[in-house]
Amino acid sequence: MRRRRWPVADPNTTPYVGRAMKRIEDPRLIRGEGTYTDDLRLPGMVHAAILRSPHAHARIRKIDTTAAKAIPGVVAVLTGADVNASCGLVPCAAAIPDLKAPKHTVLAGDRVYFVGHAVAVAVASDPYIARDAIEAIDVDYDPLPVVTNAEDAVKIGSPLTHPDLGSNVAYTHNVSGGGNIDEAFRKADRIVKHRLYHQRLTPMPIEPRGVVASYHTGEGTLTLWTATQIPHLIRTLLPGMIGVPENKMRIVAPEVGGGFGAKLNVYPEEALIAHLAMRLHTPVKWIESRRDNAAATIHGRDQVGEYEVAVKNDGTILGLKSKTIADLGSYLQLLTPAVPTLTGLVLTGCYTIPAVKMEIVGVYTNKMATDAYRGAGRPEATYLIERLMDVVAQELKIDRLDLRLKHFPAPGDFPFPTSCGLVYDSGNYAAALTKAKQLANWDQLLKDRAAARAAGKLSGIGVSTYVEICAMGPSKAMPAGGWEWGCVRMEISAKVTVITGVSPHGQGQETTFAQIVADRVGVPIEDVVILHGDTSVAHYGRDTYGSRGTAVGGTAIVMCIDKMIAKAKTLAAHLFETTSDHVVFENGRFTSPGVTNRVITWPELAGEFYVAKNLPPGLEPGLEASSFFEPQNFTFPFGTHICAVDLDRDTGHVKITKYVAVDDCGPQINPLIVEGQVQGGIAHSIGQVLFEQTIYNEDGQLVTGEFMDYAIPRAHDIPDYILGSTVTPSPINPLGVKGVGEAGTIGATPAIANAVMDALEPLGITHMNLPMTPEKVWQAIKTKT
Amino acid sequence: MVQITLTVNAEPVDAAFAPYKTLLEVLREDLNLCGTKHGCELGECGACAVLLDGQPVLSCLVLGVDCGGRTVTTVEGLASDGRLHPLQETFADLGAAQCGYCTPGFLVTAKALLDEHPRPTRDQIRDALSGNLCRCTGYQQIYEAVEAAIGQAGPKGPALRDTRTDASSVRRPGPFGPGTDQSR
Repeated sequence: MRRRRWPVADPNTTPYVGRAMKRIEDPRLIRGEGTYTDDLRLPGMVHAAILRSPHAHARIRKIDTTAAKAIPGVVAVLTGADVNASCGLVPCAAAIPDLKAPKHTVLAGDRVYFVGHAVAVAVASDPYIARDAIEAIDVDYDPLPVVTNAEDAVKIGSPLTHPDLGSNVAYTHNVSGGGNIDEAFRKADRIVKHRLYHQRLTPMPIEPRGVVASYHTGEGTLTLWTATQIPHLIRTLLPGMIGVPENKMRIVAPEVGGGFGAKLNVYPEEALIAHLAMRLHTPVKWIESRRDNAAATIHGRDQVGEYEVAVKNDGTILGLKSKTIADLGSYLQLLTPAVPTLTGLVLTGCYTIPAVKMEIVGVYTNKMATDAYRGAGRPEATYLIERLMDVVAQELKIDRLDLRLKHFPAPGDFPFPTSCGLVYDSGNYAAALTKAKQLANWDQLLKDRAAARAAGKLSGIGVSTYVEICAMGPSKAMPAGGWEWGCVRMEISAKVTVITGVSPHGQGQETTFAQIVADRVGVPIEDVVILHGDTSVAHYGRDTYGSRGTAVGGTAIVMCIDKMIAKAKTLAAHLFETTSDHVVFENGRFTSPGVTNRVITWPELAGEFYVAKNLPPGLEPGLEASSFFEPQNFTFPFGTHICAVDLDRDTGHVKITKYVAVDDCGPQINPLIVEGQVQGGIAHSIGQVLFEQTIYNEDGQLVTGEFMDYAIPRAHDIPDYILGSTVTPSPINPLGVKGVGEAGTIGATPAIANAVMDALEPLGITHMNLPMTPEKVWQAIKTKT
Repeated sequence: MVQITLTVNAEPVDAAFAPYKTLLEVLREDLNLCGTKHGCELGECGACAVLLDGQPVLSCLVLGVDCGGRTVTTVEGLASDGRLHPLQETFADLGAAQCGYCTPGFLVTAKALLDEHPRPTRDQIRDALSGNLCRCTGYQQIYEAVEAAIGQAGPKGPALRDTRTDASSVRRPGPFGPGTDQSR
């Protein structure tokens, strides 16, 4: 054995929290025994395949399903005319004033609006026949003018994505705060302007989406297994679409193979497959192909903006103005219009910027909808503020770290109200920056860069200091409530069953929650089971997204434990013949010093609670508690990422030579899991900065429809990371935790991009759009040398 | 329907299936071995990797009918005699699985690497695993898991619960491990 960065935690040693425990999820996953949606088989199950539009915008003149229906084994072939009246509209939960929204039916009506738009569905006895059947459907399309560029879409005379809306503009949203923005710009010595483009990305979880639906005709109950992050939100929203009441609907998220926001949605297929199971009186399965995943599962980002910073010559930033155009695609999915507004919320990053104004214009184009992809709005904000800090430093010839440090709020300034209207909970931004510099050996990095440049090489260093929004969130800020629910039950055997309303899909909360529970209840971690992802087990919940699982869901469980222990103390006091305030609970033992030498442990108490023959008057049998936790604020993790790159002059290839990340997510329940989240997040950024871009051509054809064309990072693209952390607890929850699911993706994109731009700076290159592909870098070098 | 005999995870198996099915589909649908995953059906993601006569192949690009008389190893066949393969141990020890969907493909590909190159360098590991896509981990914990399994691959792996605490093997300071400063 060559390397192990920490000893494997001994499962017999407590406390569990704070230690790199092996994951409880892993034994099934490393044996190939996880049950994902595609692994489900039900008796009598039939298979659906969906025909999708090859046109970005067209009128459907006629659909002929005769040949498809004639194929042996085909059960049904249905179009929008057959199902839309029974399936309701695909919901958008975002509340934006004056939002113009198109009607989003589960199958196309008389028009298609993007390549991949679902047009018809075939159901057959096996998936092969279903796929043959959709190929036999004859659709007569009349192609219409297409718009795929959001900046073109707002121009007068542009083709309209939805002609009935009269405009491509879905909404205009203004964020402004702090002092008077006009005065800030009047007082400025200089106004630094920059245009930034945040390209469209495809989330590409390795497991595509999939749905299995089963309807019990006698009971009128529907069970829907779906590869989703949000079984509970689906249970809230699907009844309005298909007419099955919420309390007769069970949504199960089985093992889910990655989400990254792509599965944070209510998709047409979820309603459609449920409807088919009801209509055909037999279970129906639909599994998405990779090409369908690229075309018809949400995309992310796609914002372009002009930014202006008002600065004094000493570097003091007085104000920030921006106008952003956000490309929404053709339809509103669950949170589509809300994502760009999140950008506005953290526009000022981790800096004191006294005045801010941002206009966001959400625009329809003939493309797939954008929605919340890992980070959702915060990566866009962080990229733009961190690029702007470098641009300002460069224009004013100020050290870029000094410029950042000058605008950090001090640790004593927290809770820190920002000009964008948030109150950052806690932070020590300079500490993270200092630690990252140490880990990166900053002075040596500068020397190495100087030496490399002297030798004619293109070498650069990039930094980003970020803050982001996690633990979503206070209900007042979330469309469908932001609380979380949990339940903790001690069984008669003293085993502990925990039910959570969050729905982890790779984040490891079966482990981290068990660590929390085992410590607080004082039982061995093997005795704790975490149940999740099934609405008939976890009756209520608000699911997993926005790094909310542990900070919000974990806190609900802590509240349950507190209630359960309080109840147990009442019985212990009864058995000790004293009062609860004389009972001490510690490490799973109840004692009453000064009253008795007797010790009561959980097995004895649990037995008493369930046989219920010796309970004090008024105490209910059973030992279980449930809680809803309503957070009073978001949490705000932060950190510093430093990246060093070398550019190959001949090929334009960017090689990351050093990557340092210091992230502060508060206390870490399981450092192994935190590290994995950070590393995975950085990989998404490496993809975004260096390779990834969802491309539609001018006809609206999706060019990046599979992994050969959409380049997510592979093993050989990833450098060795040096990771560190600082720990600044959040005051918002009793665990002090902040969340870490998106930090890597938020902090890393600007660090890598800044490094590439720093390498190009000696050539006088000051701007390059993402992604900074070898071709683009090579072209830029070529034009300057 | 076609009928073939092949060896799957060291067991002789008779399989009857439609002739157009890929090995991936035969494994999942006809042999009930769902550990091997479909990620793209285009030979691009590696989620469906299995060993065919000891060599890693993308089972979505291999026709089932071509597998008569051949030997297939899937993730379900990595453990033997109730003991996990060392790679399965180290994948769990070092957090190399998150959502777990790509994990079976990585495990069999890494096994093929270690079978052929018992002491690969990190660059060799990177190259060997570059046909497998993972969107969760960022790959580093996967490299480390493969490196940790070096020298252990063989018929007798360690038991499931591994409590070794070989801190001397640490190459660089652990960012979060015991003894590193976390400024509070």
